[in-house]
Amino acid sequence: MQQGLEQPTAHARTGISLARREAIWAYIFLAVPLAFYLGLRIWPAFQSFYLSLFSWHVDAAQREFLGAQQYGQMLSDPKLHRALLNTLLYTAIIVPAQLALGLGIAMLLNSVEKFQPLFRAIYFAPYVTPAAAVAWVWGWMYSVNFGVINNAIIEWGIFWERLGVNFLTVDPQPFLTSPKQALAAVAVVVIWQNLGFQVVIFLAGLKGVPKMFYEAARIDGANRWQLFKSITIPLLNPVIVFSLIISTIASLQLFDQVVNINFTDQGGPLNSTLTIALYMYQEAFSRFRLGYAAAITVLLFGLILIVTLLQLKFASRSVEY
Amino acid sequence: MAIQVDRLPDVNRRTQEPRKRPSGGSILAYILLALGSIVMFFPFLWMLLSSFKDIREILDINFFPQTWTLANYREVIFDTRFPRWFFNSMVVALATTLSGLFFCSLIGYTLTRMRFPGRQVIFILILSTLMVPTEMLVIPWFVMSSDFGWINTFWGIAFPGLMPAFGVFLMRQFFQTLPRDLFDAARVDGIGEFGLFWRIGLPLVKPALAALGIFAFIGNWSAFLWPLIIAKSASMRTIPVGIALFSGEAGTAWNLIMAANALAIIPVLLVFFVFQKQIIEGVVLTGTKG
Repeated sequence: MQQGLEQPTAHARTGISLARREAIWAYIFLAVPLAFYLGLRIWPAFQSFYLSLFSWHVDAAQREFLGAQQYGQMLSDPKLHRALLNTLLYTAIIVPAQLALGLGIAMLLNSVEKFQPLFRAIYFAPYVTPAAAVAWVWGWMYSVNFGVINNAIIEWGIFWERLGVNFLTVDPQPFLTSPKQALAAVAVVVIWQNLGFQVVIFLAGLKGVPKMFYEAARIDGANRWQLFKSITIPLLNPVIVFSLIISTIASLQLFDQVVNINFTDQGGPLNSTLTIALYMYQEAFSRFRLGYAAAITVLLFGLILIVTLLQLKFASRSVEY
Repeated sequence: MAIQVDRLPDVNRRTQEPRKRPSGGSILAYILLALGSIVMFFPFLWMLLSSFKDIREILDINFFPQTWTLANYREVIFDTRFPRWFFNSMVVALATTLSGLFFCSLIGYTLTRMRFPGRQVIFILILSTLMVPTEMLVIPWFVMSSDFGWINTFWGIAFPGLMPAFGVFLMRQFFQTLPRDLFDAARVDGIGEFGLFWRIGLPLVKPALAALGIFAFIGNWSAFLWPLIIAKSASMRTIPVGIALFSGEAGTAWNLIMAANALAIIPVLLVFFVFQKQIIEGVVLTGTKG
């Protein structure tokens, strides 16, 4: 199809071949985007590496070359270790919970016919709302003395106590004020907010699985668990890998919710909710140690890269439909 | 696989009445979904109801306000810079969305429907930026913005969102499905290269444009980290930054904080429920195509 067009036509008169003309236009179209990506995306990424080798000073001439010194400094920075550990913990809680709940709810949705769009919309709604704003609502709900969750716990206790059933009562919880619970409390908010995304992706994936596979397996006598394990999971593999990687990357970059849920005590009691992104922000914009902060972002970049590659390597299975 | 005889009646029933499922399981599914919906929606409801409560009853934890009041909204709208933050967010989100729609589709079109040397290299270059987390860019961006005087400007807040790489990827996937003959034929008819993109290509990828547009808008409306760094003056804050700092100052005036949060969240929720179908299709498109 291309051959006919390469023949000289009207444009031959101008001395530029049609193919050459097309290429020139392509470069014109890409000139602004290339400038954007090279100047504002790729160059700054390299600059982060570069800045991480220097001590910070507003005047570029007075920045002192430190080499890898700031990376060495990381080894003896307990707050960074805490942030790193927390970030991995968040990921370890959020990602499996989101995937399991997302798949479970998607399967429930797939099994009902009425109200499916309504349910889907309700589950998805938190995903479109600004994390910074919803975190405040949750922060208040978690409040020790004035929070609706602890209030519900107290009411629940009173209800059972009246009936004389004491073993069902639960004590009010410290949630965000406890170094032990704060991280999990934040993780719940993140799961709540992003769950709908996983539900929608999984539901679309489930609708793409041919019904006849299930019918055939059922005739062969497969039970529900076998259907799930041998048909649903393998056929959903591309969707699962996509969800896994997206939610892992988002968890490793956690920032908005952590900052806003406990605004007066960012990072939580004893830094129990501190993440790498928040620590980077504090180092860069509260303590103005931009060189060290840049080194932290390089660490975060490396972490994301390694985790993503590992997931791609071990989670992907090519499946023949 | 061994045949389990006890499952067989189930199969028979299904083939006779293909649309009806065992109602017991179905009812259980509805109950579980409804309970889940309550958990999912409760924070919004609690926020909304609390935003109508008087300061004196805010800590009483009644579900419904005893006396409904609009005073909290009045205070947030007239005594804070909320309207200004709303305006800022609108400008930033609209500008980045329009820019994203134009450039992502132009790049996607050029990379798939035009022939030129270096096409693959440029695509990989753009795609590689997806691997770099925003956190890694904000420090150089901040240094650059200080040098160029971009702090507290609309350009400064908006520039990172002008051409999202995921949008390029999405549009490229879509343009790839359009037959090349279509463009070659139009080219012979004498339509210019930009006209091919604008008049022939764009109208054919409207679903992808809708998805990209909605995502770009929501993403930029909610963006927090970069606006927090670059919008230093109170009058240049976007909604998420304004809300965070205002709420931080309001201390335990939860009625005001909830009204402010409601003003930030409700418009997005309304847009979502109106464009629900397109938004969810958009997620599916990015999830399965992207």
